[in-house]
Amino acid sequence: MRRSVIGGAKRTTTTTCLFLLNHAHHRSLLPPLHHRLDSSSSSSSATALLLLLRRLSSSSSSASSPSPPNMPNPVSVQSINPKVLKCEYAVRGEIVILAQRLQEELKAKPGSLPFDEILYCNIGNPQSLGQLPITFFREVLALCDHPAILDKAEAQGLFSADSIKRAWQILDQIPGRATGAYSHSQGIKGLRDTIAAGIEARDGFPANPNDLFLTDGASPAVHMMMQLLIGSEKDGLLCPIPQYPLYSASIALHGGSLVPYYLDEETGWGLEVSELKKQLKEARSKGITVKALVVINPGNPTGQVLAEENQRAIVEFCKQEGLVLLADEVYQENVYVPEKKFHSFKKVARSMGYGDNDLCLVSFQSVSKGYHGECGKRGGYMEVTGFSPEVREQIYKLASVNLCSNISGQILASLVMSPPKVGDESYESYSAEKDGILKSLARRAKTLEDAFKSLEGITCNKAEGAMYLFPRIKLPEKAIKAAEAAKTAPDLFYCRRLLNATGVVVVPGSGFGQVPGTWHFRCTILPQEDKIPAIVSRLTAFHKSFMDEYRN
Amino acid sequence: MAPKGLDYELLNENVKKVQYAVRGELYLRASELQKEGKKIIFTNVGNPHALGQKPLTFPRQVVALCQAPFLLDDPNVGLMFPADAIARAKHYLSLTSGGLGAYSDSRGIPGVRQEVADFLLRRDGYPSDPELIFLTDGASKGVMQILSTIIRGPSDGILVPVPQYPLYSAAISLFGGTLVPYYLEETANWGLDVNDLRNAVSQAKSKGITVKAMVIINPGNPTGQCLSEANLSEILRFCYQEGLVLLGDEVYQQNIYQDERPFISSKKVLMDMGPPYSKEVQLVSFHTVSKGYWGECGQRGGYFEMTNIPPKTVDEIYKVASISLSPNVPAQIFMGLMVNPLKPGDISYEQFIRESKGVLESLRRRARIMTDGFNSCRNVVCNFTEGAMYSFPQIRLPPKAIEAAKSAGKVADVFYCLKLLEATGISTVPGSGFGQKEGVFHLRTTILPAEEDMPAIMESFKKFNDEFMEQYEDHKGYSRM
Repeated sequence: MRRSVIGGAKRTTTTTCLFLLNHAHHRSLLPPLHHRLDSSSSSSSATALLLLLRRLSSSSSSASSPSPPNMPNPVSVQSINPKVLKCEYAVRGEIVILAQRLQEELKAKPGSLPFDEILYCNIGNPQSLGQLPITFFREVLALCDHPAILDKAEAQGLFSADSIKRAWQILDQIPGRATGAYSHSQGIKGLRDTIAAGIEARDGFPANPNDLFLTDGASPAVHMMMQLLIGSEKDGLLCPIPQYPLYSASIALHGGSLVPYYLDEETGWGLEVSELKKQLKEARSKGITVKALVVINPGNPTGQVLAEENQRAIVEFCKQEGLVLLADEVYQENVYVPEKKFHSFKKVARSMGYGDNDLCLVSFQSVSKGYHGECGKRGGYMEVTGFSPEVREQIYKLASVNLCSNISGQILASLVMSPPKVGDESYESYSAEKDGILKSLARRAKTLEDAFKSLEGITCNKAEGAMYLFPRIKLPEKAIKAAEAAKTAPDLFYCRRLLNATGVVVVPGSGFGQVPGTWHFRCTILPQEDKIPAIVSRLTAFHKSFMDEYRN
Repeated sequence: MAPKGLDYELLNENVKKVQYAVRGELYLRASELQKEGKKIIFTNVGNPHALGQKPLTFPRQVVALCQAPFLLDDPNVGLMFPADAIARAKHYLSLTSGGLGAYSDSRGIPGVRQEVADFLLRRDGYPSDPELIFLTDGASKGVMQILSTIIRGPSDGILVPVPQYPLYSAAISLFGGTLVPYYLEETANWGLDVNDLRNAVSQAKSKGITVKAMVIINPGNPTGQCLSEANLSEILRFCYQEGLVLLGDEVYQQNIYQDERPFISSKKVLMDMGPPYSKEVQLVSFHTVSKGYWGECGQRGGYFEMTNIPPKTVDEIYKVASISLSPNVPAQIFMGLMVNPLKPGDISYEQFIRESKGVLESLRRRARIMTDGFNSCRNVVCNFTEGAMYSFPQIRLPPKAIEAAKSAGKVADVFYCLKLLEATGISTVPGSGFGQKEGVFHLRTTILPAEEDMPAIMESFKKFNDEFMEQYEDHKGYSRM
């Protein structure tokens, strides 16, 4: 069954993208977006609409004196870029819109619902759920934002000595100490030096600051690579299923083809090179030029941490097939099990003896994840190795069109890759904060995992890393029928019921892709620890009553 | 060897086509020279703080406090931060959900968008809907987002002024559309003639191109002119007749250096025109924290406001914005502070006014020094910088110089600018990066070098230029329009 679905030409070449993580948990007055325009039905309805618009405009203009518009509306849904339309966007689909509505209801009439708050477990946005920032990082950022106070004696009373020292160091790396100036389009050179040193310390292999491009979060870096790699729908990228929908969305936006490879849930979402080979061959037989392989490690939404041996096989595969390896390593600090360790693909490739001439490798890192979780800063970088100077020039050019990434984010990226060291004044408070967050995340992951596993019909892999659990639900036939009758996907049906009953917002698995006929949802492990027991008991009670209602 | 995914030959052709002169050959050469120890005066990018402009104190205090909210609980905070900055920091933190470290709504923090809407109401006299205001990481991101929504392929055209800010040409090539140029008239102080627009559109049509949008940059970059109300309403009428979206790049709206033509927004003119225009013409206008007396380029803060855009299209734009999660939050706070500045009576008000006026008045003087300086040079003519941050003198290059450039394999103005750079350390952008009429050459400089350095810079420019002209001029005439 899997084979037939994956093998279908449509499946492989489709560029429909799914993007559902967004956190649209703020007030939205916009009407829900339910129109999914698939090409066959939209073209006819679009034509009809167009005719109607033309008729309307000609009848209304006969009454007015100025000459009438002789063109259709230039940015109507009928005339905008169809690649934009193709992105499917489940966030504004039912679940989050419903959550926003319920939140308004709670505000207007407290006590009117079976719960008293909405718990957003749909997006990896830790500080929105109460996680505190790392003090040292914020001290340095504040000082860099307002360097005028650095000289003042009072600053000593408000800021730690090493944060003042670090702020001076950073300011001295910025030409003119101007944190309000555009920087080099790759990012401030001194900060890139610091980051390169951090990468080197992490991997034990040298890193070149000129290989680094600092970006507004990791997402723009991914976009930049897609822009570079994709010329048409003939260009394909191998992406994991389930995947973080940034990939499907950006591939669709740039008009390429997503070539799926399935992670194996049975083996803890294992990544089998045989599956990669099979999908590559199939895509090639359809005339698709597969240009790159996306690997997310630790996995999102699947939470697995790849074993080094597995990574070696992946590197070998990319080398042999001439594929660019796009390594999404934004969760590198988020590993929760002692038996697993994060290894960067660069380290793995270098330890195999592969250098610049053997492999094109891009590693993405972000300030949004890890223990720091500084999503709002939009800081990140990509390290690009193995690229010819001509290609690198093209990347630089793309970066330069947008001038530079934000300086606060750049500074934070350097701090994340070079935190306080033993002996520094802030070291103790820094490591206490860091360990506190990581240990708590590990406990939360375990508690939620155990809770899911104890539920009837639910299996759940370990969150070895990242910030998510991705439990699988075996939905009873009756529930699937009920979902069909309600014209919703069964996993969406379950998630909606869950939200209505408990206020817990999770994302249906269909937004990430899953083996057809299986159902999942993604739940972050980010609610504060004191809220976890309540979430577990609400989840448990809900699931029990759901199963009671629909059990065969 | 098997081809690899990132082989140059396999790259997206649209990427290769992109040109972005502001950080092109001249800039790279200048950076090299700087590394070799030569003193470089960077006048290639509108980047005021890099040239010594100090940030305004109050916004920096507020953002620093938002970065380190634990300071707000410190009894000594008042020793270093004024009460109004503390109050403002608390205000903005209360508008966020999770402070500066949490993703905001993909369109920006709702409370800040409301402050932008209030500002637009005060500025234009017409209400603005915060749901139609999207905050972005600088105006460039916004422009790219809108262009990528509009452009479907090479048969979609975008009317762009020539000379233009190369963001537009770069983004249009990147998204695979067609740039349809309309020329600004240098002899009419870079004015815009609607008949030219009509010609441009009909010429494009005859080539099978559907023109979908028109870009105006007001005040002009690189040309520095301010559009008059009459001119703007002509443009809007034209957009109405042709069914074009007007993209109004209004990032220099605070940078006005004369009193005859104050900045007037496209939105205000459109609303003043009344129906059917005010109800029909689709308009997207862009603003930023990088320009004005703020000059906070490094923050990457901006917004766009949409007028008469169908709700379904707005949804699509929102969807694409959401793929990048959210604009950076510190810059959103800067934007809030910019559109909702201090008021008379606030503790920091006087300092704020002193600082911002100081910047603007000095820029006005520098604009004058620069224009006059260029006009005193041999074979150089220059319109006055009415607004924005640039001077765009025409350099009348003698045929011998053009030939010399040709044999050096350079475009003539690139040749001139490189020589200028080597001789004086002044890093400019050749006019060819912005587009110009054939056979006419320019360069762009910013008016941003420190005021006290300005006379010396202009003197060193004049010395270079006049010697250059002496060397290449055979006194038989030179390249003219």
